[in-house]
Amino acid sequence: MISRRKFLKNTALGIAGGALSLAAFEIIDPKKLMALEAADGKKIRWVFLVDTYKCVGCGMCVKACKLENEIPYDASVTRTWVERYVLTKDGKVHADTPKGARDGFTTSKIDLGVSEEAAPKDILAKPEENGVHTYEDINPADIDKAFFVPKLCNQCENPPCVQVCPVGATYQAPDGVVLVDRTWCIGCGYCIMGCPYGVRFFHPVYHTAEKCNFCYHRITKPDPQNPKTFMKTACVQACPFGARQIGNIKDPNDPVTKIIMTERVGVLKEEYGTKPQVFYIGLDKEVR
Amino acid sequence: MVPSGEMLAHGELWTVKELFTYPNEFIYWSVQIVMYPFMTGLVAGAFVLSSLYHVFGVQQLKDMARFALVFSFALLFAAPMPIVLHLQFPFRGIEIFMTPHFTSAIAAFGVVFFTYGAIVASELWFLYRKHFVEVSLRLREKQDKTLVEWFQYLIFCSLTLGVYDVSEEALHRDEKAIKILAGVGIPVACFLHGYAGFIFGSVKANALWMTPLMPVIFIMSAVVSGIALCMLTYIIVMEIRRFLAARKRLSGPGRFTSTEEIKGVEVHVIKLTAKYLVLFLVAAISLELLDLIFRGYTALKSWDVVRSVLYDRDFYDIFIMQYVIGNLVPLILFLIPGLTIRRAVVGVMLVLFGVFMMRWNVVIGGQAFSLTFAGYMHYHLPIIPHNWETFKEGLGGALSIFIMPFVLFWVIAKIFPVFAEAKQE
Repeated sequence: MISRRKFLKNTALGIAGGALSLAAFEIIDPKKLMALEAADGKKIRWVFLVDTYKCVGCGMCVKACKLENEIPYDASVTRTWVERYVLTKDGKVHADTPKGARDGFTTSKIDLGVSEEAAPKDILAKPEENGVHTYEDINPADIDKAFFVPKLCNQCENPPCVQVCPVGATYQAPDGVVLVDRTWCIGCGYCIMGCPYGVRFFHPVYHTAEKCNFCYHRITKPDPQNPKTFMKTACVQACPFGARQIGNIKDPNDPVTKIIMTERVGVLKEEYGTKPQVFYIGLDKEVR
Repeated sequence: MVPSGEMLAHGELWTVKELFTYPNEFIYWSVQIVMYPFMTGLVAGAFVLSSLYHVFGVQQLKDMARFALVFSFALLFAAPMPIVLHLQFPFRGIEIFMTPHFTSAIAAFGVVFFTYGAIVASELWFLYRKHFVEVSLRLREKQDKTLVEWFQYLIFCSLTLGVYDVSEEALHRDEKAIKILAGVGIPVACFLHGYAGFIFGSVKANALWMTPLMPVIFIMSAVVSGIALCMLTYIIVMEIRRFLAARKRLSGPGRFTSTEEIKGVEVHVIKLTAKYLVLFLVAAISLELLDLIFRGYTALKSWDVVRSVLYDRDFYDIFIMQYVIGNLVPLILFLIPGLTIRRAVVGVMLVLFGVFMMRWNVVIGGQAFSLTFAGYMHYHLPIIPHNWETFKEGLGGALSIFIMPFVLFWVIAKIFPVFAEAKQE
């Protein structure tokens, strides 16, 4: 009679053997492989190029983005924003982005936000009076240099937000764009905490994680005017000065690719190892 | 001006932003995320305390061990609740278990939590098997059972899992199983909590959180808080029992009162437990100071803003509330010879407060500065709730979470009697 030990041993061996044979005999079909390679969208890798010399801080891009992507117009959260940097002779950096520069920069004064002293004691009682912003006036004679920097999602090659999502609701498309599945997001906020660029937030209406996706609904459709190319993002289209451009880094003839390959460009917060894919011309070391 | 109503982003309600911050930055992880590591810390700590007796045979802790294990089980159910209250979609929270995305630290929660739960539950079963058998046999023999007794009988019958063997030999095997489970449970309990530390320590975007020391610091302070809560609850329960026994004796003369009932808290148990508490407290403080010194010494890019938060803006919360009131004062209280119960109560309450402040300073302090390193965010804890959101992520929600394990303990203790003599009734 077979002993219990032997029976268990043989069963385990049998299962292991059976499983092995299934895996070992899968033959890779070269045609199938080629088809897979063609279909996985590896021919496209969306990147973004910002020419900070061209940006004047008008905020048209922010406005266009909010309208295009249905981010409540008056909400302070936004998928893209423009920062203003003013560097003075005393070595100080003054920076602000009032309302994400949705209305541009309407005053030369720097927005200092709400100080703890100026904040009301019970801020919940009247959230619409959530403290008074203070402003700093800078004498133009003291300014060394000043410039604007548009910000948006960097569609990182190594996105920390995708890594930390506990349910896989945020993911990277084969063309590099990081997307969020609103039907799957549980709203834990881990991705928001994980992003070093602060591009993520909770959508005020849907309450799920929200971010710039390079207007994915647009860039995946052919341009009606030029069907050989794809539609541009809302911000690219809205920028009157061509400070924003989107391109496909896999296409060597793409003008954006040419600039990135031949000119000197920088990226934001390289030290985090996220491999950001938004490239900047004229990036200053003081940009945060 | 901040927009009102639906146009208000999550977190905007309780965040005041100063100087240069990104538009989307708010305090997203609020008081419930402070409660989460605090509660799991209590679970882990209580379990480690109970294992001191079962694994290392610290005989004086016998009473406390039983108590700590049941309490740990009660706490276990409360541990995931802060997350549920924090989620924007609480009903989708189940997806963490159903479709875990394992590159995320949070996704491991299901595996760790259920492994640990299984260990505690089976250890409890072995510990209380004899009790289940006795109760169910007694109720089976009883002729005219009331409805409650029928219900009780059903519960205890199923809890025996059909095993009625309570011979000397079987009980001996139980003890062996308990010892193994308690031994395996220690690393798992540490993992349960160390992993909560990992959730924070692995966020590379956050300059204050990112350190490999975070899980270890969390484990040490977890054990501290777990022991403290067990001591506190043990003292309170024993004192209540003594008070009730004294009242009974007054009302009904001639009633026999066991010595167990009148003696109240045993000072030697408290003294010994306090020794372990001090041990882990010293380890926790050393690690935290090491982290602090290391940050200052290496002075990375983020140090300027982190320093301004630590030594200036949050100085009161960190150095006065956490280190002095929560760590130093109880340490002195425990180290002065001749520990009394009253002093122990003050000490453990301060320790619990200190550990809570540590969690607070990590979670809220980590969001007190902007990713720009050039701006700050202040958190205003919602005290009077204006709507559901300000309740659940406010003082009310946090208190409900804190009270929950005590209520659960009261219920669970009906099935797992914590005190030996309860069986005689």
